[in-house]
Amino acid sequence: MTMILSDIIPIAIVGLFLFVIIRAGREPLWEEAYRRLGSNRQTMAAIVVMSLFIAIGILDSITVSVSNSGKPQTIVDVMFRGIPQERTYSEPMGTVTVGEPHPHELKHKHIFGTDGVGRDVFYNMLKGCRTAIIIGCLTQLIAMPVALVLGMLAGYFGKLTDDLIQYAYTVLDSIPGVLLLIVIITVLSLKGQERGLLQICTALGVTSWVQLCRLVRGETLKHRDRDYVRAARALGVSHGRILLRHILPNLLPILIITATLGVSGNIISETILTYLGVGVPPDIGSWGNMIDSARMELARQPVIWWNFSVASLAVLILVLCINIFGDALRDAVDPRLRS
Amino acid sequence: MLWYVARRILYSIPILIGVTLFTFLLFFVSVTPQQMARHNLSARNPKPAQIKAWVKQHGYDKPKVVQFVDYTKSLFTFQFGKSDATGQDISDRLRHGILPSTELGVIMFTASLITNVFFAVYFAYYRGTYVDNWGRLLCVVVMSITTPVFIIAGQYIFGIILKLWPIAGYHIGMTSWKFVFLPALIGVISGFGGSVRLYRTFILEEINQDYVRTARAKGVPEGRTLFLHVLKNAAIPFITSIVLSIPFLITGSLLYESFFGIPGIGNITVEAVQGQDFATIRAVTFFYTILYVIGAIMTDIAYAAADPRIRLE
Repeated sequence: MTMILSDIIPIAIVGLFLFVIIRAGREPLWEEAYRRLGSNRQTMAAIVVMSLFIAIGILDSITVSVSNSGKPQTIVDVMFRGIPQERTYSEPMGTVTVGEPHPHELKHKHIFGTDGVGRDVFYNMLKGCRTAIIIGCLTQLIAMPVALVLGMLAGYFGKLTDDLIQYAYTVLDSIPGVLLLIVIITVLSLKGQERGLLQICTALGVTSWVQLCRLVRGETLKHRDRDYVRAARALGVSHGRILLRHILPNLLPILIITATLGVSGNIISETILTYLGVGVPPDIGSWGNMIDSARMELARQPVIWWNFSVASLAVLILVLCINIFGDALRDAVDPRLRS
Repeated sequence: MLWYVARRILYSIPILIGVTLFTFLLFFVSVTPQQMARHNLSARNPKPAQIKAWVKQHGYDKPKVVQFVDYTKSLFTFQFGKSDATGQDISDRLRHGILPSTELGVIMFTASLITNVFFAVYFAYYRGTYVDNWGRLLCVVVMSITTPVFIIAGQYIFGIILKLWPIAGYHIGMTSWKFVFLPALIGVISGFGGSVRLYRTFILEEINQDYVRTARAKGVPEGRTLFLHVLKNAAIPFITSIVLSIPFLITGSLLYESFFGIPGIGNITVEAVQGQDFATIRAVTFFYTILYVIGAIMTDIAYAAADPRIRLE
């Protein structure tokens, strides 16, 4: 059951995002924005690289068979079936192991070398894609609905509703983000739940909805007194309908852009949390875990630099592409917001 | 002004109570005392009687309301009690951690601010040229690298290869700068991207205003125009973003202190997290929250000082 669920989640996330993109393309504003994005070569390159990472994440989410030890094998696992595990570290494209008194001959060439237990670093890096995508996107999917509903209610109704919601998020916001994350994750682990991706996404969602909510509230406040909303109210349109059909579509562009840029923040947070010891558990491959293990590796003689470099580069490339894409999207949708 | 400050301080009391309630709900209500007891006694494989005794000893069998009042009282009087892991007095440990933390935090904060403002003005002045374009790209790249990577790489390059500064450790006294310099330098570099990009936009908003042209026309030196006239007028967004960076300072203190072995509060926090020491985690959370709330009050005072209209609201 959990196996099926863990397969479906990433596919569902990516599917949802694709649906939003295609659906938005029917609106004139977004159609124009897509055209502008398409004419920018740097942005197109970023989109291509992003899609590559996402594709790997998807391939790593489709289970095709079960290994002898009963572990599910995804397409990525199957692709690397021919590459055997070595004894210990080995350099990229090296022929012998490193860090042993008597180096052993390698069984196979490894493009980025191997890690401490002899696993292929390139394979580990690919396994990290899925984790990064889940943490980046699932968190936003948890945070966005909460932020949207509460922010719109606070901005639209004002008065007591506004005060209560503002109080709630000011309290949460007064606890420094990392500490709040640590507290939530440790409490979840106290409750006997194993630390996993879902727990980390929940914790990140709790800390990241505040900013989105503040943004939505501010925007709703701006729209509430616009003429079109007053006209709707004068015509007797219900509050719910005004919020859903009139105000929500006007909030979507800025919300989608902020959420996109938030994805890169979440991926970075994962590495920091893992580094602090409350992140992704070591049995789930993640870039944070690879970077974390490099603390010791760089102090060794000879220096084990490849594990650290490959993981850092993977984070850098994916986050950079998301940032470039988010910025370009913002510029394309609303030139006034141009930074 | 005094009235404004007093009112602002009063506003923060409900926030602190809210934070206390929130952490209380998390640690005392969402987790049952039995779970807590089992966790703390886990090494000894507790019997039901032991769990009961532990719950009674720590006062978890009292009604929740009484517990909440006790909890609030202990936090607000800074009686944090004893650590779950080592049995040391938490307040005492925090007191020892303040000095190193402050030293690192203040140095890192000031150095970052000066560097970031300088580069922001520089890029804004050369807006639209290749300096600005490459500068902005550099900012996005720096933003995309996570702090652990900066720390590990920085330590490797400056500490192991160049051997310029000690890699880790701390010494109270005059030599402490040697230990703080490297983390501060890495902190400045890793915080560079986002802030410079943001500050640049604030300055761009102002740089085409009439008063800038007037200043130039009457022969004010360019540096004076940019750093005095423009910066003063861009003060409000600067203050906001500087305050928004305070939580990152705290994040930073956790990472830098634990990695560079500086015995500050961030280090205590990381040790508590790794040792599953909940009493210390609760205390530190409250402590940092107070710091943060004080920061927020100071921002509002700074706002009021920068723009007298705000006080009248």
